[in-house]
This record gives sequence, structure tokens and C-alpha cells, in this order.
Amino acid sequence: MELSLATRTVGEHTVLEVGGEVDVYTAPRLRERLLELIDGGARHVVVDLGRVDFLDSTGLGVLVGALKRLRTAGGSFALVCDKEPLLKIFRITALDQVFPLHPTVDAAVGAEPTGASA
Amino acid sequence: MATVRLSFSPAPVHVRTARLVGVAVARRAGVREDLLDEVRLAIGEACTRAVALHRQYGLADPVLVEMSDAGSYAVRVVDRAPIEAGIGLAALPPDELANESLTDEALTTGVGFALLAGFVEDLQVRPVDEGIGTEVRMVWPVGR
Repeated sequence: MELSLATRTVGEHTVLEVGGEVDVYTAPRLRERLLELIDGGARHVVVDLGRVDFLDSTGLGVLVGALKRLRTAGGSFALVCDKEPLLKIFRITALDQVFPLHPTVDAAVGAEPTGASA
Repeated sequence: MATVRLSFSPAPVHVRTARLVGVAVARRAGVREDLLDEVRLAIGEACTRAVALHRQYGLADPVLVEMSDAGSYAVRVVDRAPIEAGIGLAALPPDELANESLTDEALTTGVGFALLAGFVEDLQVRPVDEGIGTEVRMVWPVGR
């Protein structure tokens, strides 16, 4: 399935809903959108992976890039994910210790926006 | 023994095709349904790595994927990049993953290798028998 990207605002958070496959071919589009959001002033970004059915190392690299950029800018970055196959990817790469991971958007926007500390 | 060979020009758009074919052949070979997500991810990572190496070295040669089901499901992904580039990949510890000085390429390479090593119990990365290049060989059991 093609990559889909949709943005909405919840309070002071910008929520980017991602769907489909994030891989070496589609990840550059995700990177561009995240850069647009951050360059446009978004400082508290939540990426909702709820409708993602494939995520590879290239996609993970893009997410880490956004986390670093927001941390440098004094913002926060969090992920929403409750699918076991995706959670396993975060565990195997140890990225579950790098990203704040939340089961729902509500939980992510309700969490204290403290950057990278999970 | 059935063998399926796929060779594709080193462009990111074709990696998805390789994943789809790899999973279709795995299913046909009798790999358990609950392993297919891992097969898909691992073949994707191996092909992504090969495409990245070909682009890094400006190689137009195709990437080869060979799938066979002789007793188990074996997948070989063969690149034509100088071998020293392909071997010596290392998984990165968590404190280095978000380190500011780590480049995106190094991060993606490290994470890709962590995924391969984490999802494939029977994994070999070795020089090809003939010529220049590296072969990533992955084997999964078939449940028949």
C-alpha cells in the first residue's frame, strides 16, 4: 500500500498520521513532511503509526532524525504505536529506549512534553 | 527443489517488489504464517542494504535475489560492491542511536543490521564465491 500522510493539531501538538508502507522508497516523503512541519514551527510532534503496515530501517532513520531535530530546537517528539509486529522492531533495534512510545494519541498528547525521555 | 530468481536494477522502488516476491515464494514453500512478517522485513533490509551499496559505489549492476525451498526456505541477496564495504556491520547500542554526531546513513545501516540479526536466526554475510560482492544468506524452516 502506498504511503499516506495526514496532519492534524491537538492542543499544542502536531499529530502526523502515517499509513501504508514506510520503506527505502517512501521514507524520503515522510522526511520531507516532517521537515516541513518542523520548519513551519511545529515543536511538539506526535507521529501516529497506527495505520502503518510496514516499517524498515530507512523509516526508523527518518524518525530518529526528526527526534534529534526537535530535541535541538527544544521541542518534543513521540510515537503512537500499539501493533506488536512494529513494537518488536523497536525492541530489537533498542529504539524503544530512544523514542517515547504511546499506545494512543490521547496518551501521547497527555504525556509531559519532555523530549526524548521515555 | 524450486528456485525463483529475481534481479533488479538498484533503485529503491524495486525493493518492495522483491519483498512481495520473497513473501509469496515463502508462503508457497510452506514457511509458517507467523514468520512471514519477519521474512518480509529481512528480505527488504537485505535488498535495501544492497541498493544502498550499489548507489554508494555508482554501480548500475542489478541486485540478485535467489529463493529456494530445498528442505528449508533459503534466500540469497547478492550485491556487487567491494566486500570491505559490506562486512563489519555492527548493531548500535541505544545511547549511540540518538547521538547527534551519528549520520543518518550510519544509523540506518546499524539499525538495518540489527533488524537482520534480530529477525533471522540463520544469517550469513559473506563474500560471493566469484568476483566482487557480498551475499546475505537467510534461511527459515518450512513447516510441512
